[in-house]
Amino acid sequence: MNLLSVLGVLSSAIFSGTSLLYVTLGETIHQRSGIVNLGLEGIMLVSAATGFAVTCISRNPYLGIFTAMITGGLMNMILGFLIITRRANQLASGLALMFFGFGLSALIGKPYVGTRINALPRISIPGLSNLPLLYTSLFKFDILIILVIPIAFLIWWLLFRTRWGLGLRAVGENATTAFASGRNPFVIRYQALFLGGMLAGLGAAHLSIAYTMNWTEYMTAGKGFIAVALVIFSKWHPLRAIIGALLFSGAVAFQLLLQSSGVQISPFLLDTIPYILTLLVLIAWGGTRKQTAPAGLGRIYQSVE
Amino acid sequence: MVIKANPITKSNQLFQKLLNHAARYILMILMVLLLFGIILLISGKDPIQSFKDIFISTLGSRYGFSEVIVAMTPILITALAVALPSRIGLINVGGEGQLYMGACLATWGALTFNTWPSWALIPLMILLGMIGGGLWAFIPGYLKSLGLANETITTLLLNSVAPKIVAFFVFGFWHSPMDTNKTPNFVPAARLPNFFNSRIDLSFFIAVVLLAIFWFVMRYTRWGLEMRAIGGNPHAAKRNGLPLNKYWITVMCLGGALAGLAGMAQVSGYYGVLLVNFSRGLGYMGFLISWLSFGDPIGILVTSFVVSIIVSGGNLLQLTRGIPFAVVNILLAFTLFVVLARPIIFAGKKK
Amino acid sequence: MSITTGAHSIPIVSMRGITKSFPNVLANDDINFDIFKSETHALLGENGAGKSTLMKILYGFYREDSGEILLRNKPISIKSPQDARYYQIGMVFQDFTQIPAFSVLENIALFLPDLQPVYKQKEVEERITEIAERYGLHVDPYAIVSKLSIGEQQKVEILKLLLSDAKLLILDEPTRVLAPHEVDALFEVLDNLRKDGYAIILITHKLKEVFACSDRITVLREGKVSGTMLRPEANEKILIRMMFSKKLPKLQKIQKIDHKTEDVPILKLTDIETHSERNAVSLKKINLEIFSGEIVGVAGVSGNGQKELGDVILGMDKSVAGEKLLFGKDFTNCAIGEIRRNGVGFIPENPLLMASTPFMTVLENMVLTNTGRYSQHGGFKIDWQAVKTDYQMTQEELGFTFPFYSIPKSLSGGNLQKMVIVREMTHDPRLLIALYITRGLDAQSTIAVHRALLKSRENRAGVLLISEGLEELFTLSDRLIVLFKGEIVDTFKPSETTMYKVGHLMTGAEVHNGDQG
Repeated sequence: MNLLSVLGVLSSAIFSGTSLLYVTLGETIHQRSGIVNLGLEGIMLVSAATGFAVTCISRNPYLGIFTAMITGGLMNMILGFLIITRRANQLASGLALMFFGFGLSALIGKPYVGTRINALPRISIPGLSNLPLLYTSLFKFDILIILVIPIAFLIWWLLFRTRWGLGLRAVGENATTAFASGRNPFVIRYQALFLGGMLAGLGAAHLSIAYTMNWTEYMTAGKGFIAVALVIFSKWHPLRAIIGALLFSGAVAFQLLLQSSGVQISPFLLDTIPYILTLLVLIAWGGTRKQTAPAGLGRIYQSVE
Repeated sequence: MVIKANPITKSNQLFQKLLNHAARYILMILMVLLLFGIILLISGKDPIQSFKDIFISTLGSRYGFSEVIVAMTPILITALAVALPSRIGLINVGGEGQLYMGACLATWGALTFNTWPSWALIPLMILLGMIGGGLWAFIPGYLKSLGLANETITTLLLNSVAPKIVAFFVFGFWHSPMDTNKTPNFVPAARLPNFFNSRIDLSFFIAVVLLAIFWFVMRYTRWGLEMRAIGGNPHAAKRNGLPLNKYWITVMCLGGALAGLAGMAQVSGYYGVLLVNFSRGLGYMGFLISWLSFGDPIGILVTSFVVSIIVSGGNLLQLTRGIPFAVVNILLAFTLFVVLARPIIFAGKKK
Repeated sequence: MSITTGAHSIPIVSMRGITKSFPNVLANDDINFDIFKSETHALLGENGAGKSTLMKILYGFYREDSGEILLRNKPISIKSPQDARYYQIGMVFQDFTQIPAFSVLENIALFLPDLQPVYKQKEVEERITEIAERYGLHVDPYAIVSKLSIGEQQKVEILKLLLSDAKLLILDEPTRVLAPHEVDALFEVLDNLRKDGYAIILITHKLKEVFACSDRITVLREGKVSGTMLRPEANEKILIRMMFSKKLPKLQKIQKIDHKTEDVPILKLTDIETHSERNAVSLKKINLEIFSGEIVGVAGVSGNGQKELGDVILGMDKSVAGEKLLFGKDFTNCAIGEIRRNGVGFIPENPLLMASTPFMTVLENMVLTNTGRYSQHGGFKIDWQAVKTDYQMTQEELGFTFPFYSIPKSLSGGNLQKMVIVREMTHDPRLLIALYITRGLDAQSTIAVHRALLKSRENRAGVLLISEGLEELFTLSDRLIVLFKGEIVDTFKPSETTMYKVGHLMTGAEVHNGDQG
């Protein structure tokens, strides 16, 4: 293991962590409004497939990214209809959406498997140009990666410094109180779902269009669930989510490194490390979770009459 | 205050229930047919012809029907694995992982004790399967009882881990000389016996018995009452002295054991060998079925039957008409959407 | 207090012919109600008379079935709290509409109608401080609400209304959670507001308050208006006759049986401490004994540890220190089931949420605390016949009737309470813990319950009676303890003290010798 491989891990972590972070930010918004979205996996897949397909057809990655965002928002509207308007159980509805996403994404993406697309341009970080080519190529990032941290800050600002964010957090804590303040919890939750869905779509777009530049069935490999766990890990705070996403993708990258460097542990066991790590962190955090979770998380809001 | 009278007798309730049941399932089946037809139309295939094909291959022949039963058995058991914990409010999505671990442990038994006679080996493998699944479910159950983690998320994470563990064992220790993806074929003593000259094996009968037990326990026994109380209002149940933690752990493990049993049945009955990644989502399918039928035993029977026909249909259409199997996922998920959205027709039991 | 109402002859708000019914209940029956500027109008009535419902209609939480609402004689439509706030009507509920995890400032900002899309915390803070100084509502804007006392939380509620420009304030039983001197402070604030032109509607069932601060009084009884009058026209007799349909029989004086001092106490708590999260109170150094054949009353303003005390005895909360002996044996870390099986009955404060499973039948609910007793063949069957027989017997004794096959969700609050009482008292508990046992009950049921408690006492049971009604406590208890901020501040016999002194102890204030009883 040398500097190059360590940097390689870091670079890989940043690349794969970006899509994870976008999704986590989206889920943070959901959970702050009181919704646990287990359908993220399906939403991501459909967004990724649609974005990829559009990119193939139009040869324009930006259009693909935009389409993926809209798709994510729209997919979440299905969830919204079920859990907000029809007051169905959040967890079951999310999982139903996941299955739906499995099927729909396979259908959409099938014709485009293996197609080459125009990549998003990657920009190198200024100041690194003196280093040998190998190093700089590790740190050439596309626009979505560069934007992810500013966007995290934006989400923080949105939640804690604006009237809309105040109302959203109120809905997540106690929807009845939010209603008493003249707000409409139904509308706010739909808005949260749409915005969060767009972020999830953005994360998915990064995965298929910018990072792997490919489409395969089930390519999100559980990232949708990891995001849900990461939101809890980051105590529902957008800025801490950055750390969480980095940690998880770092773990994935690290164990891949172990695999390739000939360490004598079965690759299958190494593959499990990130998930077990997430589980352990969740457990460790679990005791304090009750104090910081939005009080109305998972509750169905019934209007008074 | 003026209080209006509202008499509710026991027989009234029962009749209402039956009516609701029947209406619900008939409507659901009709809706599935309609949806399927629409999807077929959109894909440019003739729905009537496709339906005919499916009918002939599934219900039209003795063998076809038996194949439906074969496909139905594992998902019936995994549905039970979800339905039981759901009665006390636990959402067990870990059927997939529990399935794998059950299959794993049962396979170990099959390979290690391959000299044993069938009447000893099979029960041992059943036991091992249940232990494997039960242990895998114990972790989320225990964590829940400690208040540390939500069982939905933990079971989902563990689902990702289980197949890798199975792969580890198969690749590392158990694989057959010719193919690293699977174990050698099980000895005949390790295979579940078949019936009716078909692939229907003992697991089907086990499944039906389990279903009956589930129904009886929930309805008549003390534990069923206590479970329903816990599911209905956990806080009050705790105050009333019911041992919540005990139930959470026990029922979660039982659910896992059931899924593990399904896993064992797959490798011992259906395949006769442990194949890496052998489950095409059996655990998740069980989840869908349990939710489509609100965890009701008869509903599970009917729904798993219908789902099995749909899956067979999907397989057939993929082979003969090039429609991707993914269509089945869309169909089932959409059906669940409709059920969850609870239009008035489906309204009735709210668990 | 001032006698005259505002000089304006047009009421600021009028409600005409308001009728509202819920399943099983006709809450408001053709009610007429007016409120003027610079007036405090008391809305008086017993529990369940319809006062809360009427005001919730005014505030837009419910919509009336028929009738109309007029603003300065012009008909308006209030379809939601947003509408009500638009018409400058504000309401302080019994359960505050606050978010415990937010700060005072965020809670108030949430309700500001003119909050900027992007707001500066400093600006909001200044506005809060300005109004707070003016009317005497002092509180730290950046404090997290869950950490405030209930009196302070109430101040936040009022600030919310004032800052959102409400001109008509509706207060729903505001003094329920306050101790005597906090009540005085509240009335002073209300007086300041009234002088400044605000209209105030005070929902209450306490006569003392009505006399202390209202200008006009409207009495509701069973959903109808029983009468409206100016304060000078009213006296206790008239109001009581208007509130109740028949005269209340007086409780009999009870014979106190002396217990032998060598008896082992049924319950003995030694230095019990608990640790509560958020804004709940932690118990400290609780030393308590309950002997058989006595009723120990617990006085204290709600929220001072009553719930925690009941919960730690039941086993719902674990104590972090101290010892709990039941019938002489150590039960300190025992499970609830074990404690119940040893003869402990528990009547919680919220029967729907805390004691019943909403969608199982009443009969099934009855069995829940005693599944072991009624299970047969090792649990495979339940002896429903025995269940019915046992509970029917208690029903008859108490004079309660409620159907066995309905579900708790559809029962009224009072009937639900009766169901829980029947369940808990049927098996002759040796220790009965009762929290607010007569809440939601009408007068006759209350008397039946009191008799049942006395009967338990005769049967040598020990009773821990936690209640908000000082009269109830004084009449029934052999001994009284006062809970304040999680500690027992004093113990004495009812005959040795006065209600006023107990009230003072309830807020932790010292009692001076010159105080009147």
